[in-house]
Amino acid sequence: MILLLALSTPAWADSAQPPAPYAYRQLEDAKQEARAKALMAELRCLVCQGQSIAESDAEMAGDMRSLVRQRIKAGESPDEVRTWLIERYGSWVSYKPTFSPETLFLYAAPLLLLLAGSLLAARRMKRRRVR
Amino acid sequence: MNRKLWLALPLIVFALFVLAVGWRLSSPPDPTVKSRMIGKPVPEFALPAALPAKPALASADLRRQGPRLVNLFASWCVPCIAEAPVLLDLKNRGVAIDGIAIRDTPTDIQRFLADHGDPFQRMGDDKASQVQMAFGSAGVPESFVVDASGVIRFQHVGPIMPQDVPTILAELEKAR
Repeated sequence: MILLLALSTPAWADSAQPPAPYAYRQLEDAKQEARAKALMAELRCLVCQGQSIAESDAEMAGDMRSLVRQRIKAGESPDEVRTWLIERYGSWVSYKPTFSPETLFLYAAPLLLLLAGSLLAARRMKRRRVR
Repeated sequence: MNRKLWLALPLIVFALFVLAVGWRLSSPPDPTVKSRMIGKPVPEFALPAALPAKPALASADLRRQGPRLVNLFASWCVPCIAEAPVLLDLKNRGVAIDGIAIRDTPTDIQRFLADHGDPFQRMGDDKASQVQMAFGSAGVPESFVVDASGVIRFQHVGPIMPQDVPTILAELEKAR
């Protein structure tokens, strides 16, 4: 029975504690808030996988928003915060893929497709001229 | 070229699609979030004491003595109740266990420990999950094996159940 309880998802309830300081509060500096906001839209919520922390109401997402805002407030750049999180959770935590051997194909794909397309077009045009 | 093959192409694509969907439905991806901090030194932190009667927890405490088990738990976390007797068993086998209480209050922690036993030597109070995130943990309960030099060696996601004890003990032995 205890095991069943442990396995059921709703059992991983929320605490009754107030949200983290900057979970639902904007930063005082509008520029910093804009930067934090843009980053939050690109970070994956760890417990509600599939939502960004900007749009999730999960407690963990609130804690992550507070972490992002506090670090931005302390003067870190959004990329530094993103790197800090990637070091802990893997590139999975960021919706914006970083450049790495794994994502090389992703970044090269548009170029490769463009190349293939122009080759195809060139062949067609050549044939037409011959005719 | 052969027209028949071209005509069959959509069917082939569809068959591949069905295969891909069937494969993912039969073996869904593992949603467990694994920490990337394994093999790295514990993050720098100094948490206040979660209970007045128990010493607080800082990264320096983890570096000092032997392999330790750091258990992230909360009084509001139901699987943590299932894990509690197993942690007591580990404590009785001589495992040094430190706790990090996530989003909790002294009153609730006190009640939780009175009801389910207290295996903890030290306990830090992580009000906004900040140290939890520094460990690369995504929920409660989770446990980390930290070796004598303060390097994280192993992560266990979810409650430690009786069948996990041999693995935990082996990892602690390896971290000696």
